[in-house]
Parts: sequence; structure tokens; C-alpha cells
Amino acid sequence: MRNTTATQPLFDFSAPGRRATEFPAAAVPTKSLADLIPAGALAKEPPPLPELAEADIVRHFVNLSTLNMCVDTHFYPLGSCTMKYNPKRHERLSRLPGIVDLHPHATEDDSQGMLAILYEMQQMLAEIAGLPAVSLQPAAGAQGEFTALLTAAAYFRDRGEKRTKVLFPSSAHGTNPASAALAGFDCVQLPPTNTGFVDLKQLQAELDESTAVFMVTNPNTLGLFEKEIATISKMLHDVGGLVYIDGANMNAIVGVTRPGDFGGDMMHYNVHKTFTGPHGAGGPGSGPIAVRDFLGDYLPGPVIQKTETPSGVRYSLVTPKKSIGRVRSFSGNVGILLRGAFYLRTLGAAGVREMTEQAILNANYMKARLQDVLPVPQGELCMHEFVASAKKLKDEAGVTAMDIAKRLLDYGFHAPTVYFPLVVPEALMIEPTETESKQTLDAFIDAVKEIVVEDPDMLHEAPHTTSVRRPDEVGAARNPVFCNTACGPT
Amino acid sequence: MSYILNTPDQQAEMLAAIGVSSIDEIIQRQIPQDVLVEGLLDLPPALGEMELETHIKQLAALNRSDRVCLMGGGAYDHFIPAVVDEITSRGEFYTAYTPYQPEASQGSLQAFFEFQSLICRLTGMDVSNASLYEGGTAVSEAVFMAMRCTNRHKRVVILGSVNPEYRQVLQTYTKTLGTEVVVIPAKNGVVDPAEVTTALNDQTACLVIQQPNFLGCIEQAEELCTAARAVGALAVVSFDPISLGILTRPGDYGADIAVAEGQSLGTPLQYGGPYLGLLACRNEFVRKMPGRLIVQGKDRDDKLCYMLGLQTREQHIRRDKATSNICTNQGLLALRATVYLSSLGPQGLKEAAELSCRMAHYLADQLQTVPRVTLAFDKPFFKEFVIRCNQGVDKFLATARDLGFNIGPELSRFHDSELLQDGVLVAVTEKRTKAELDALVSGLKAKLK
Repeated sequence: MRNTTATQPLFDFSAPGRRATEFPAAAVPTKSLADLIPAGALAKEPPPLPELAEADIVRHFVNLSTLNMCVDTHFYPLGSCTMKYNPKRHERLSRLPGIVDLHPHATEDDSQGMLAILYEMQQMLAEIAGLPAVSLQPAAGAQGEFTALLTAAAYFRDRGEKRTKVLFPSSAHGTNPASAALAGFDCVQLPPTNTGFVDLKQLQAELDESTAVFMVTNPNTLGLFEKEIATISKMLHDVGGLVYIDGANMNAIVGVTRPGDFGGDMMHYNVHKTFTGPHGAGGPGSGPIAVRDFLGDYLPGPVIQKTETPSGVRYSLVTPKKSIGRVRSFSGNVGILLRGAFYLRTLGAAGVREMTEQAILNANYMKARLQDVLPVPQGELCMHEFVASAKKLKDEAGVTAMDIAKRLLDYGFHAPTVYFPLVVPEALMIEPTETESKQTLDAFIDAVKEIVVEDPDMLHEAPHTTSVRRPDEVGAARNPVFCNTACGPT
Repeated sequence: MSYILNTPDQQAEMLAAIGVSSIDEIIQRQIPQDVLVEGLLDLPPALGEMELETHIKQLAALNRSDRVCLMGGGAYDHFIPAVVDEITSRGEFYTAYTPYQPEASQGSLQAFFEFQSLICRLTGMDVSNASLYEGGTAVSEAVFMAMRCTNRHKRVVILGSVNPEYRQVLQTYTKTLGTEVVVIPAKNGVVDPAEVTTALNDQTACLVIQQPNFLGCIEQAEELCTAARAVGALAVVSFDPISLGILTRPGDYGADIAVAEGQSLGTPLQYGGPYLGLLACRNEFVRKMPGRLIVQGKDRDDKLCYMLGLQTREQHIRRDKATSNICTNQGLLALRATVYLSSLGPQGLKEAAELSCRMAHYLADQLQTVPRVTLAFDKPFFKEFVIRCNQGVDKFLATARDLGFNIGPELSRFHDSELLQDGVLVAVTEKRTKAELDALVSGLKAKLK
């Protein structure tokens, strides 16, 4: 019953004179536009946007939406992305008057309620991290990494230390080296290890007085907790370096262990993952950072401060003393931070611990039941996710991780993350999250077990039931088309 | 609240399948004892949905967004048609993620392709990416892109009339790289193109201008772009998307890279974020672009489809050689802008722009009838302008608040030597009515005699 007419390119619905929004005429006596705006700056025509009717717009986008898999419709075990259920109560609360319509330049007097919520979020994030100083500014995890690295750079500069190197394991997210390069550091990637853990000897060999920061995801991208993290941290601290914890996998440890307690000096959160800000088909994210007290003075401003006065509590925006400056306009991706704050306020301390425990239980259950058909090379147990390998299947039947991923779509499941981390051949990274039932996990496991014995030729052609089949990426890259030109040149 | 589905019986079955006695065992076999949290974290007590709603409503009521909004400075109270909220409230859009599996994400992919197409038409540029974080980082990303395009990394020229927060972000982004950021001050609201020409040289990667500028005034954008390109530098323009309903497009006056804060295109104010960074450029620079790009192509049955494109620029493949460290985009806000521009169309955008412009000029005229209030500059402006009040900014703003109007921000807030310290920004959108503006002016006249 797919309506393929409605999902034709938007521009095909354009017809001269169609309208969906109309404004009143200006009821004020001013000069004509030609007298207000210099001739050179005044356009002869408005931009050539399509002319559409509201009924067409609604039918177009509603039908487009049905071509997506999402958490509301499907199990979405996309490893590293923590695709958990997004509570609907958060949406309603985020749209309350006073929240959704508050101008970012509103005075402190006029935004005490907002600042109270954000201050509490700051404090909750500090407690969960075991790191006392928090900046809510970064717009996403990658910007959190960059911000923390600039914070570290300012700290070293202040101490008169010239440290140029940022180290990370080969299994690191691509954002780690990209952020380090953007912050002006030299990137040093450690060689891959068979165990999936950081090799202390390799690390030691790279450590010297030019080492600034070691960036490590813990649990790592294989879903394994770096057991030697305290030793690793001490090694870094012994040469005067800092440890950065990539918080992408916080859903495995919230309430169980804290980056600050196992030696981390700085970290970012992905509030959209761990604390269930909806992922918005690719964003917005929110990447606040938490750092040790001695780094707090360098954080970007503003941060939110609470003062007890005789007349009551007062929240204010302050810039830390030696701040690196702004990393974006205004105070952060507030809409996502609020949803995270609502989540933490409804879970409480026992709730977040339960969240983590159940995420771990779900992942280990899937791993235990899947590893006879999709071996998991590293780790006897796992934290909140695990990385299976389709290498054996590829060697024996020619079926790849990509084939399995695509075929899962036909079975009504979103695919896991594939081909990451690179240290596992034919990787399938599976993160169920805590908001899935055993029935759902069993159905997914059953689907995988059916798929691995299906006809390889049919699997290479999968998916078979989606709105489109596998795209020709090579063809699209040869002569890329970035915009619709149906209504003539722009 | 709890979002856990598995019953104790099911959990027991799952533990048996794993071969462990408890979840604690799974944890303790992986995490060293000495770094485990003892007991529970110190977090506020858990609230149920009703209690949380009561609590948040009480806090929301302390935020005084109930007054008429005449605030600007980078975020604006433009009208948002209901259709924008209705479409973007669909879980199929807002609970999906990055379209890594194109076969299961054609809805988002096509919408983002349409977003890119609309932004190209809006700006007159050839290619738009699928969005950046917000307007401030978009300027810094454009500057880094310009450095890659020109292979000049030492010097950037930016106008002092560009949003001070954007300039501060650029300072932060370039500090560790040793790039010289030259700021050309504005005089009487705008920058003198001759002064800019003097500052440009063959080491300059780009010239960054804002049109209309942070003070609301209209710069000589075409002359400035021409001057930049004359020395082989790229012209980077930060524009106001609504203004393009009546003003010439960056692509038509010579911009190489056009960036913007896209909040005005259907995203609510929500205290500063998430907003929408726009970045569009000329064709020749597309491979140096930061951020996600959607391309149109064919599937294996030769059917039209959409997919992520030019991914070899991005961090998950190029790592430290990537064009940017960006991973997420602002997908949901890009969708809001797509529906917004679809709904307004050329005529609606023109009306919104013209109405904002004329209402702003009406208010500027009327405010000058208030004793000791003057317009700071005599230059053409679009929807925002700076006033001065020689009986004190604080008294003026407090009086406006008493009358039920939020005005600002004060320029002194930015601690920026490029800005008049006693000026206040006033922004007017199409949402304002003559009755509201008249009530403000007559109230001010009565109270500020």
C-alpha cells in the first residue's frame, strides 16, 4: 500500500500560485522596500523555492517517514549508537511554554527556571562522571572531544609545557583522531592488538614528555572494559599526560563505575545516546564534558553557577577564569540536555544502575545465544555491546557481514553497525540496550540463525522487501548529484 | 520510572543462558573491584511522570518568555507553521539515526536531499551539505574549509560586524593553530570596503562577512566579495535566511561559501539550541566540504534512491585527515527547515521578510519619538537595529519589561571592543503587530518622560 506518487521529488508538486502559509499585509505606514533597502541589496524576485499546497506537503513527508526504520517502529541494535527507547513524556515537557520559547539572550532574572534545570544537569553529570567540572556547551560528542582537547592544550600552555602528541588505540572512533588533528595535535595510533585491549608495552613505548593526552573509549569499541585502565591512567600521569575517556559507551557503566574513579581526567557524554535524547535521523546530539577540578578553570564559558543568597537561590552564567573561550553560540543543545535531565530525574540513582545492569544483561544474553553462528573473537563476557564476526561464514559460504545486515532489514530488524571496529574482520557490532524485551531479542536471534543458512546468492541480493534495493554507490560517486534541478537552474 | 521490560523470571532465564548466577557476576568478572561504585550515586530522588511535570511546569513558569519578544542577536522569534511541528513530531523521523542503511532510511535521506536542494535555491549556491551544529561553528568550519581550498593557513580576515559569538568561536577554534585572525572594525554600523581591501593580501585564506550584519545593517556585500576574490581569498558570507525573501542571495553577489544560523527556518528558540548550521558552496569546493552530504543515485534495480555521499571526506573513514571531526548533523532541525521552506514557498518567504523589515522600520521610527532614545546608526537595516538611550540602558529595558516586552541583548554583554557599549539590539519579526508596537512606544513615552 505504499504511496509512490506522494514520495516523488518534492519539487514535482510545485505549481505556480500554490500556497501553504500566508501572512497579513503590513499594517504600518512605512516607505516602500525600495526606499528602505539599497538597490544593489534588494532582490528582484524571491528565491525560486517550490510553490506547494499544505495537503501535498503533509502527504509527501508522512509517506517519506514510512520509508524509515526507527526506534519507535523497529529493534535498532546499532552498535555504539545506543538506540534506546525515547520516552514520550520528555517530548511534551520539552515543548512547554517557558521552555520551548525562551530566548537564549533572556536575562538571568528571566531564565531562573531554565538555569535551575541546566544546573542540576551539570551536577548530575559531574556525579556520574566522578569529575567535578562540567561544560554543557558542546553540541555533540565530537565537539566534546575537541573542546576537552583544547582545554588540555590551554592547561599545558599555562604550565609552560609543550606537549604535541595525542595517542589512541587503533579501535578508536574516527572522531578521536579527527578532533585531535583539529585541535592542532599530532596523532599517534597504537598498533592493533589481538585481545582488543590496550597493550601496555605498546603504550609505554609511545609515552614521553611530549605526550599530551591518551584518548580511550571505556568500555572500548569491542564492548570490553579495559581492566588495566587504572594502570594506564597512572602511566599517563607519570609522564605528565592526561587521560580522555570517550563516553560513547557510558550506557555500560553509569552507576557501576566512574571515569573519574578509574583515572580519567576528562570525558564527554553523548546525551542523545546514554540519556535518550532522540537521535533525530542523524542529530542533534549533545556532548557535554566533565573534567577534573584543576582543568575546570579552562572550560568554555558560560557555565552555570548556583549562589545561595539571603533572598534565595540564584543561578547565573559565568565564564571560567582561564576559559578557552566559546565553542559555539549560546549555552549548548539545550533541547537534548533537557530530555537527558528529565530522564535522570525519572530514573534516580537506583534507576540508572538498573538501566546499566539490564543493558549488560541484554547484550550478554544475545552474545551467548548468537556466538555459535556468529563467533565473538574477543571477550568471554561483554558489557553493553559485543562485536561478532562473520569471517567464518564468509570463508565457507561467501556470505559477508553486509549481507547479514541487509537481510535483517527484510526480517524487520535494523542492522547492527558493520565493519567497525576495524580490528575484527567482517564485524557486526550489536548493542541491544536495556529497553528491549527477551521476546524481541529472541526474535532477532532466530532471524540471524535462519539467515546464516539461507541461499548465499539470495543474501548477496538482500534486502528484497525495502522501498529501494542496495544503492549503486560507485555510480553515484562518479557523477554525484547533490541537489534537485527539476525546476531549472538555481 | 523504569523502562525495563524483562520480568524477574525472564532475567533468570537469560542469566542461565549466559551461564552466570547474577548480573553482578558479569560486572565483577570484567571491572576491577577497586573502581566499582559502592552503593548508589548521589542523584536527586526519582520522580513519577505527574510529579516531574508539576516540577518542570513550576520551573518553566519562572522563565519570562510570556512577554512580547523583540530580541535578536542571532536567534529570532519568527512564525513556525503548525505543519512543521506535526511532521517533525513523527517518531519515524525523530527516533531514527544516521542513515547508514540507505534501504531502511529513504525517508530521511530524501528529506535531507530536498533540504540540500532548498538551501541551494535559497542561497543561489551550487551545493549545500546536510547541516552543521549551528551558525557560530558553521563560520569556523567555513574558514577551515577556505584554508583547505586556498592552501593558505596563516591569515583570515573577518569583519568586526560579524556576530561577536561567532568571532569568539573562531578565536577558540584557531588558537592552537597559530592562524592570525584580523578583525576589521565597523564604523557607524558598517565596514568600509576600502579598509577591508587594504587588509586583504595573497596570504589571506578568506574574508568573512555577515549580511545583514550583527548590528542589523546592510553591508556592501558585493564589493566585499569582489575584494576577497581579487586576492585569491574565498568570500565567506554568514547570512540571515529570512532576509533572502527580499535581499539578494549570497550566490548572486559572489560568495564562495555561504553559512548561516538556520534557526529562523522553523526551529523554536529553546534557549539557544539545538539550532541549525547551514553551509553551501560553489561546485568547485565540494570535496573540501565538512559534514554529511546526501547524493541522488540509482539502486541495483535502476530505481531512483538517495544515499550518503563523498564519505571519504569524513572522520569515520579519513580519521585525522578528515575535512572535519563532525559526526552527527542536525537532522531533525534540517527536516524542520525543509518543511518550513516547503510551507512558505517563495511568496511566503517574501512576505515574512518584507513584514519583518517594515515592522522593524516602523518601530525604529516610533522609538525615536521616545525622549532620549536615538537610533545608533543611520545606515539601511533589515529587521534589527541598535538604539541608544542616554538615560541608561538598564532603565530603558526594565521599563520595557514592565510594559510586557523583552528587548535586547545589550551590546555590553558581549565584552567586545568592536561593539558600542551603550547600545541595545531590537529585532522585529513578522509576528509583531502594529498594536503591540504602538503599546510599547506609548508606554515608554509615558514612563520615560
